[in-house]
Amino acid sequence: MTDTNTTIMDKATERMVHATPMSLARRVRGLSDRAIAWLFIAPTILLLLAINIFPLIWAVRLSFTNYRANRPNAVVEGVGLTNYQRVLNDPDIWIAMQTTAHFVFWTIILQTLIGFSLAYLIDRKFKGHAFWTTVILIPMMLSPAVVGNFWRFLYQPQIGLFNYIVSYATGVPPSSFEMLGAVSLAPWSIIIVDTWMWTPYVMLICLAGLRSIPDYIYEAAEVDRASAWRQFWSITIPMALPFIMLAVLFRGIENFKMFDMVMLLTGGGPGSTTEVASITLKREAFESWRTGRASSFAIILFVAVFGLANIYVKALNKVKQR
Amino acid sequence: MRKLTKALLGATTALTISTAMPAVSQAAELTLCWAAWDPANALVELSKDFTAQTGTEMKFEFVPWPNFADRILNELNSGGKLCDLLIGDSQWLGGSAENGYYVKLNDFFDKEGIKMSDFAEAAVNAYATWPKGTPNYWALPAMGDANAWFYRKDWFAKPELQAEFKKQTGRDLAIPTTWPELIETAKFFNGKEIDGKKVYGAAIFTERASEGITMGVTQALYANGFKYEKTAGKYDMDGAVNSPDAVKGLEEYKELYKCCTPPGYTDAYMGETLDAFKSGQAAMAMNWFAFFPGLYKDENVGGDKIGFFVNPKGTTAASTLGGQGISVVANTDNMDGALAYIKWFAQPDVQKKWWSLGGYAVHNAVLNDPSFKDSQPFAADFLVAMNQVQDFWQEPSYAILLQAMQKRMHDYVVADQGTAQEALDGLVKDWAEIFGDEGKL
Amino acid sequence: MSNATTAHSVVEPSSTSKRIAGFIVILYAVITMVPLAWIFLTSIKSPPDSISYPPKIVFQPTLEGYCNLFTTRTRQTPEYIQSLGPPTSTCDEITRSRNMVIAGPSNYWPRFTNSMVIAFGSTFLAVFLGTLAAYGFSRFRVPLADDLLFFILSTRMMPPIAVAIPIYLMYRELGLSDTALGMILLYTAVNVSLAVWLLKGFIDEIPREYEEAAMIDGYTRLQAFRKVVLPQATTGIAATAIFCLIFAWNEYAFAVLLTSGTAQTAPPFIPTIIGEGGMDWPAVAAGTTIFLVPILVFTILLRKQLLRGITFGAVRK
Repeated sequence: MTDTNTTIMDKATERMVHATPMSLARRVRGLSDRAIAWLFIAPTILLLLAINIFPLIWAVRLSFTNYRANRPNAVVEGVGLTNYQRVLNDPDIWIAMQTTAHFVFWTIILQTLIGFSLAYLIDRKFKGHAFWTTVILIPMMLSPAVVGNFWRFLYQPQIGLFNYIVSYATGVPPSSFEMLGAVSLAPWSIIIVDTWMWTPYVMLICLAGLRSIPDYIYEAAEVDRASAWRQFWSITIPMALPFIMLAVLFRGIENFKMFDMVMLLTGGGPGSTTEVASITLKREAFESWRTGRASSFAIILFVAVFGLANIYVKALNKVKQR
Repeated sequence: MRKLTKALLGATTALTISTAMPAVSQAAELTLCWAAWDPANALVELSKDFTAQTGTEMKFEFVPWPNFADRILNELNSGGKLCDLLIGDSQWLGGSAENGYYVKLNDFFDKEGIKMSDFAEAAVNAYATWPKGTPNYWALPAMGDANAWFYRKDWFAKPELQAEFKKQTGRDLAIPTTWPELIETAKFFNGKEIDGKKVYGAAIFTERASEGITMGVTQALYANGFKYEKTAGKYDMDGAVNSPDAVKGLEEYKELYKCCTPPGYTDAYMGETLDAFKSGQAAMAMNWFAFFPGLYKDENVGGDKIGFFVNPKGTTAASTLGGQGISVVANTDNMDGALAYIKWFAQPDVQKKWWSLGGYAVHNAVLNDPSFKDSQPFAADFLVAMNQVQDFWQEPSYAILLQAMQKRMHDYVVADQGTAQEALDGLVKDWAEIFGDEGKL
Repeated sequence: MSNATTAHSVVEPSSTSKRIAGFIVILYAVITMVPLAWIFLTSIKSPPDSISYPPKIVFQPTLEGYCNLFTTRTRQTPEYIQSLGPPTSTCDEITRSRNMVIAGPSNYWPRFTNSMVIAFGSTFLAVFLGTLAAYGFSRFRVPLADDLLFFILSTRMMPPIAVAIPIYLMYRELGLSDTALGMILLYTAVNVSLAVWLLKGFIDEIPREYEEAAMIDGYTRLQAFRKVVLPQATTGIAATAIFCLIFAWNEYAFAVLLTSGTAQTAPPFIPTIIGEGGMDWPAVAAGTTIFLVPILVFTILLRKQLLRGITFGAVRK
């Protein structure tokens, strides 16, 4: 399609080039490559400076003050490192970090196991696999907020479909457990929804990994009469490992930032059992309006995710080089 | 592909341009912001008269309670222009007055001859003044409200249940007048089969995100003599907030939660409570007076089947305050229109119609009318409750204070962590830190 | 994905193993579709059916959820309702049968329009700026290019709430709070990093010789970019656009913090749909269904570009 289009376009432009007044053409031609490079890049850089970097610097500055966004008339004072000290010594914030870690850990484990298995199965190329791959992808395209909100309904004891299906499968009465209300189950309620949404993503990256393994390696293994089991562990897994690790990295970063789905599903409850770091930050910044302190927490979070990601990328590169 | 892309681009550019253009605002238009609940619908109905009289179109922005404070305070703080008029919670007055988000109404009241003495005194203090109780008015009392209870009158009247209750407790099955009676009655109903359906004792507030569980717990706390400070205005909370009486009140609330709430009741506020009652799951439930007109009219559980009662006593009689005043947002582009609405709303006739439509007017012309007590089955209870209301902190930092309480209460009552004493001790610690930051301690 | 013809991991799987694999995958796909099917089914239930126990699978479908989604209603006495003329629409009739009358339109449609404007507007801008920048990075020697690119990409790692704090303050100063323009700029800034990264990969794949040949034929650099590079990059641009669109369409955290009404999008609005008293789940489901349809259509129409985008982005990093 693109090729025919280009030829048509070529003819059309040829005519247009001839029709363009020479002076204008010359002026445009006069732009040096260097000028074009900056002309092309500058708007993006400017936008990022205005909406990413400038606010970030502002946030760093605020993190050393007692500023509160809901007290425009109050005096703003520098407080040095107090905000950082208080955030790091706040037991509630450490509990939120643990909650986040639990969430990230289990979503990664489940999504990787299920996602890789699915990719492996889809790679058997059964009839209609392309269609079913598309179907499987659908949940990850949807809004975590809007769909998370609806899962609240699915999780209702008695009237919710989830409890009813579990009850149908296991025989426990559907009103005997509360996914969102019980302290022991609520962390799993968010893990289930996240796994439902994002397993397709891991699956897709794993699939790309599996398809990147050249046939001749397997053919060579066949010649050596290596068992299928042996092939799986000594060819498939090691060759696909960088891809699996990438998927883990992406999901890890995304879930470390997790806010919308959890906010709408449990709001951090019951008590504080599902209060992940982003929810604590939101409460601090936009409900308590302790802007200075919230900024210091935000910067700690940013440094943490950035640091962890960098360590992980180094490990990934080592695996790739092997 | 190419055609599709082009069409999309064209459409988006057109859309973007059309919205990026500053909206040509019609002068004769007002946006009123409030919570999305039954009285708001009544206000829409009432405001049609205002539009008919003045030609000013009314637009409404109603936000559900769990998001209400969050979103509207955010809107005020961001200097937005969404609302011209705002019916905001009583606790917002401090912050909104100090930050200049609301217009001070004293001069306007004087000019238009609107007298605050025409409104119930408790309501004026709670919904209009800052600092509390001084004649500095930032709102006109719009809607009186308190937390109260309702029950299934038809179930309470069943002879076989009455006999069984008498046998079990030695009392007659009747409206509970004390918290221990309330719990006993709830336990009696909990798990019973009534009309072929399993029912539960009481639907109460347990919501975590906004203010729900605090508004519920304080019903038990205030009734047991809970106080915020030992001496008013001194912020000496240790020994008051965590007093033995307060601990007892909190334990009672948890007992009620543990024994007698319907399943899935871990994050329930106004809507969930109403649902539990309307679906015939709950024998008793707490909620704001605001919902009582709607409940009384309900096809399934209203009319003869429903009765109402004021918060039962503990060591004292007390109710948790709700209700709001109507304020003019300082940022409005239509100040005259907004003030005209307040002036119109303050008229006794409008206030009377407001009550008849289901809004709780607190104008003396309404409340002092001899027929008021009998005008609705809950009207007399409303007067009793409004005379014994207590409110949460109204400090400018109320949001942080409330958040700390939400967390401590939900952790203890719903998530089952620690003891009541520990929860309240922790609350004193949180609040002391907040007031310390303010330089008030 | 379906056009991948080269590598596959096993020489030729047996037909039994294919059948088993197919069965498991299809079973998984069907299970993951259940919640979505339930959203749709709930949207055509009446409110009592939606909360009946056990959940109803067979029921009388009704448009009540959709009516409630688009209107606000007030409760009236039966006498008053009888005094009105005949119902003017299906929705009017349904509403009256619940002893209510329609008071006016709800805010759903304005919020949905906001979503359209903001999502498409920011996607267009992000792809436009991203294409230019990607071309710049791909074809010219830009000082510190690698650092710049890494920096551009790393801005996506920040938790949205952390970004929102200073943005909130900045927008307050600039008067951009609760405006479509503010949201478009913000989403563009978030998306442009991904757009540059993806598009640079796609443009790198287009041989420089094409442009050079065109320029020898008398095209200027700009003409060569427009007439040669852009047509070749269409697939990449489409893949990038769908990513940006999905992000902007689904975004919640910024929207809930930075908009309150005028420019509020659908995601923060839908969870706040409530009925009289409690949640009106059919109306919520109706709002959710309408909101999900555009993305479902895009996913199905552009699935090839989408798949290419996801795997491509991953492989490049």
